[in-house]
Amino acid sequence: MANTNSKPAKSATDPREVGRRDFIVVATYAMGAVGAAAVVWPLIDQMNPAADTLALASTEVDVSKIAEGQAITVTWRGKPVFIRHRTADEITRANAIDSSELRDPQEDEARVQKPELLVLVGVCTHLGCVPLGQKTGEVKGEYDGWFCPCHGSHYDTSGRIRKGPAPTNLEVPPYTFLSDAVIRIG
Amino acid sequence: MSAEKFSNPVVRWIDHRLPVFSMLDHEKYDYPVPKNLNYFWNFGVLAGLALVIMIVTGIVLAMNYTAHVDHAFSSVERIMRDVNHGWLIRYIHMNAASFFFIVVYIHIFRGLYYGSYKAPRELLWMLGVVIFLLMMATAFMGYVLPWGQMSFWGATVITNLFSAIPLVGESIVTFLWGGFSVDNPTLNRFFSLHYLMPFVIAGVVVLHIVALHRFGSNNPIGIDAKGPQDTISFHPYYTIKDMVGIAMFLLLLAVAVFFFPNAMGHPDNYIPANPMQTPAHIVPEWYFLPFYAILRAVPDKLGGVLLMFAAIFVLFILPWLDRSPVRSARFRPVFRIFFWLLFIDCIALGYLGGKPAEGVYVVLSRIATVWYFLHFLLILPLLSVFETTRPLPKSISEPVLATAKGVA
Amino acid sequence: MGKFLIASVTALAALIGVAGPAHAAGGGDVKLVSGEWSFAGPFGYFDKGAMQRGFQVYLEVCAGCHGVEYLAFRNLADLGYNDAEIKAIAAEYEVMDGPDDDGEMFMRPARPADMIPSPYRNDNEARANNNGALPPDLSLITKARANGADYLYSLLLGYEDAPADTEVPEGMYYNNAYSGHLIAMPQPIYGDDVEYTDGTPTTPESLAADVTHFLMWAAEPKMEARKRIGVAAVFFLSIFLIMSYMAKRRVWAELH
Repeated sequence: MANTNSKPAKSATDPREVGRRDFIVVATYAMGAVGAAAVVWPLIDQMNPAADTLALASTEVDVSKIAEGQAITVTWRGKPVFIRHRTADEITRANAIDSSELRDPQEDEARVQKPELLVLVGVCTHLGCVPLGQKTGEVKGEYDGWFCPCHGSHYDTSGRIRKGPAPTNLEVPPYTFLSDAVIRIG
Repeated sequence: MSAEKFSNPVVRWIDHRLPVFSMLDHEKYDYPVPKNLNYFWNFGVLAGLALVIMIVTGIVLAMNYTAHVDHAFSSVERIMRDVNHGWLIRYIHMNAASFFFIVVYIHIFRGLYYGSYKAPRELLWMLGVVIFLLMMATAFMGYVLPWGQMSFWGATVITNLFSAIPLVGESIVTFLWGGFSVDNPTLNRFFSLHYLMPFVIAGVVVLHIVALHRFGSNNPIGIDAKGPQDTISFHPYYTIKDMVGIAMFLLLLAVAVFFFPNAMGHPDNYIPANPMQTPAHIVPEWYFLPFYAILRAVPDKLGGVLLMFAAIFVLFILPWLDRSPVRSARFRPVFRIFFWLLFIDCIALGYLGGKPAEGVYVVLSRIATVWYFLHFLLILPLLSVFETTRPLPKSISEPVLATAKGVA
Repeated sequence: MGKFLIASVTALAALIGVAGPAHAAGGGDVKLVSGEWSFAGPFGYFDKGAMQRGFQVYLEVCAGCHGVEYLAFRNLADLGYNDAEIKAIAAEYEVMDGPDDDGEMFMRPARPADMIPSPYRNDNEARANNNGALPPDLSLITKARANGADYLYSLLLGYEDAPADTEVPEGMYYNNAYSGHLIAMPQPIYGDDVEYTDGTPTTPESLAADVTHFLMWAAEPKMEARKRIGVAAVFFLSIFLIMSYMAKRRVWAELH
């Protein structure tokens, strides 16, 4: 019940100094800050892919029905995946050039597991458009592979960038042969 | 003058151009707070914290929720099962809503007990009632979003209240629904408004604080601070005291969220909405129960609705119903008895609102309703005139009489 | 501190006083028996063996009429099944996919990412096959009923002969745990309804407890994580409360 209204007493308890060097006071505020930081993580993590989204991260595709020279488009992780059953001619042309001259040097062999089956993520590496060339009659570009209509990137029969602004080859997704007929992408 | 206050050159540079640090400093050190506030004065800060928790978790939930009658329920289940930490975020949102109301109810009763609504704080009080109304609207619409059975039937019953309005009632209800029953348009607009309202509340909270800072906090003795000897700076004294309240609040919230997450909800809301079948016994969320009891106490449809809204409206005019110049119940022995009777009455109304509207419950609801209005409309005005109050202390720091205990 | 404690206790009392009775409302004279649940309490956990047995009971006894629409096959990993086992379980089901290149929907074997198919295409088909009564989906049943686990356990064991003064209409059955006592579901468990492979007795109590355990998990699959984090959070906040109270005393001491 002491009176603190006299001037000297007041300066002795300058509010700016009270508790500033006191361990328990500093520790309490620090603990509060740690607690707040711990709560932030769930709020951020919820934006990462959810369990059901991750469960769809692999797709199984029957590739036995694709005729030679034909291609199909399947969906994997919300993106198109191009699967082309290449002709002997297309394989030859893919191997004919010296890969070291390419913008993104890569041998055709390194991009396929079986030479006749080419599996690509159908997203242009420039800015994410879907290149043309899957359906018969569509523009396939100057190298007979795929052509991106957005900014004019030309891909060859191995999906490698040959002309245009795209910096890298079309991505090959991870996939495995479950049998001769079925592949699992992802 | 402000620029010299800070030793950090970056802070000084910014503050010279944008004096946010000076403003903060002003609130921390120059804003005088009565030195005798007890822990009941924590609840304003706690209500603010609850609002922040609701807005933050709500924004995050909205990233994962789908406002469509076919997907709302399953999108909530997806949050509970598949979204990373989704269960935690939703349970916090659910339970913090209830805690928000607990905190605000205690805040309101604190104001009633210590006469915080009296001059010159009438507008401060009325803005508080506006916040309370907005909270009820927000909570009601939020409860509809999971699209469970209680969501759907709660929405149906509450929106149907407006059909009691003569002549235009039916048209208003159709307008609210955007159709001829609670359906997808209703859900969509409720979602939109549920997202909007918290920011409106935040705006009114700013006004509430501006009004508060005009005359400063009331205090348990209810007499104005007479000078610096009666007040202390907000920081560090009340920041650390609020920290104790915040710790207690978060601890209780954590117990609810982690160990009794559904205790304050209703099991029927885990059944998807079915417009063809009403649950056997529908009740609103617990924080609406006192008003629900008043609504059902009146046998007339329009009368019930009017009385329910009057129960809140009476709070707006409270500063003019209680004209006693003494604020704090500490010095009003008779008022204090009636305060506790009102408190018990409100708890009783809450209990009765959760009971089926039959038999003795209806009778008790009517008695409790009558008492509620009697308290505000008759007892308080009479007490203002006839009550003999105890002598007031000279100042906050000089409690002259032994009766003014607790001013530690 | 004293006053604040009073405030907190008042708040909680008000809560329990108001929220409690709102729930208890329902059947008046229903009889609930209480099971011994490993998932009860702040350190509760799910028993994988019980859940696997319960899943078996669900499949062989309940799944004919009741779906679990919010469960996917991949969720069965929580029961202790590995990827290959889950794939095998899923492959026994056919789900509709499509449309294919010809625009036709087609059936294919289910994959782990698929939801477990419900026995009926929609509520109307479910009613048509069950004398007009709708067998509720079970994925949330323990949360959608008051006293979920005990209620379900009691219901499964609650079939008995109706008292002399109760008339049981055609297609209805008498159950002492069901609100109103007349239930459209015939007694599902008699004992020995399934064959357990792990030697657990197949008494009615055992079967009912296992399927309840499974459905408790189905309704609240994140319960173990919730309680684990909860214990840590409550511990942290208790320390924080004590520390902040001590800090408050320290700061205010300089005032007096």
